[in-house]
Amino acid sequence: MPPIPPVPAYANDGASRILSGLLEARTGQILSEGRAWRMETALRPVLRKHGLHDSDELAARVVGKGDPRLEEDVVNALLNNESSFFRDLQVFDLIHRQILPRIQAEREDRTLRIWSAGCSTGQEAYSLAIRLRNEGARWAGWRIEILASDISTAAIEQARSGAFSQMDVQRGLAIGDLIKWFEPDGENWRASAELRGMIDFRHDNLFDARAPSGEYDLLLCRNVLLYFTPVRRQAVLRLLAAHSHAQSVLLLGAGETVIGHGDDFIAHSEFRGSYARQAAMPGSAIGRVRRQG
Amino acid sequence: MKNCLVVDDSKVIRKVARHILESLDLTVSEAVDGRDALTQCEASAPDVVLLDWNMPVMSGMEFLQALSSAKMTARPKIIFCTTENGLSHIKAAVEAGADEYVMKPFDRETLESKLVIVGVI
Repeated sequence: MPPIPPVPAYANDGASRILSGLLEARTGQILSEGRAWRMETALRPVLRKHGLHDSDELAARVVGKGDPRLEEDVVNALLNNESSFFRDLQVFDLIHRQILPRIQAEREDRTLRIWSAGCSTGQEAYSLAIRLRNEGARWAGWRIEILASDISTAAIEQARSGAFSQMDVQRGLAIGDLIKWFEPDGENWRASAELRGMIDFRHDNLFDARAPSGEYDLLLCRNVLLYFTPVRRQAVLRLLAAHSHAQSVLLLGAGETVIGHGDDFIAHSEFRGSYARQAAMPGSAIGRVRRQG
Repeated sequence: MKNCLVVDDSKVIRKVARHILESLDLTVSEAVDGRDALTQCEASAPDVVLLDWNMPVMSGMEFLQALSSAKMTARPKIIFCTTENGLSHIKAAVEAGADEYVMKPFDRETLESKLVIVGVI
């Protein structure tokens, strides 16, 4: 593990400083003031699981560096895994009405590659898979690859299982899609094997990424950059650019931008709210040769 | 402003739903059962109906069937909102013409999401 970095000013007590420092060292994420207040609540299950009394005792154990499982539980607890199906519906409309038809028209090798970077518990990737499957014959004969990666082992485990609570499936998911693509599983609802089989869920760190391979036509990294320092945002964009081709489309969260974070991406000239790799040249062809990493 | 008719025999549920719906800039009217709802719909069609399943006098499903032959200028969107959370009930509601389905308990985010899906907000 790299050394624990300096601590944000708002982390104003010893235990908070150590635990937020662990989060940043492991994930690059800084604990914003908006999330700092809920640290105690978020860590309560960790205290219970490991038989610890309070966050001071927890911090002491972390500093002792004797328990990797404990550190992983702390990191998982402090990460924000908020997600929902079809979050920001207009983004999915943009993808399916404009971006994907363009890719489909230009992609000569009939392969569609999508990367959901920072996928949390998987709702974004499942939403894409549902729309693609609902379009049925339109994608007949196409090879569709969806990579979904996240730093949280707990989030990826849940995403891979395809199990979602009753509350989860009621946020953004149309009832017709629930009937068609999910089945009751005890108290939860579970995505069909067909949907789960479409997505490659991988535990991965955006600063030491091993999951992505080659170039992706569509990259989604929404509501991820906001947790990073400007320097780390630039590093993430550089990684995304390295896995983009001239016609790739990058989508960020509504409050996120590439402006001020290096020159790897520029605003897309055609798809409002999305980004293209800086080197993109108008009219350049895609799909003749796909470089694999 | 668009109008939502909340149909539920529980005063508490109607109150909670009203609070959420008004915070979403909808005007709200209330009905205590399916018959009451049908009368109100025929008098003035709402944009959307939040509909309980099990109610005295006329159930949600009976209301939905009666609505198809009711004299109305426009058919409202129908969102079931019920404790009947099994897949068979959900399928039956959709086959009967429901546009969306909320499984109780619900919160603001759930109602907002369903209203977006049916195009009311």
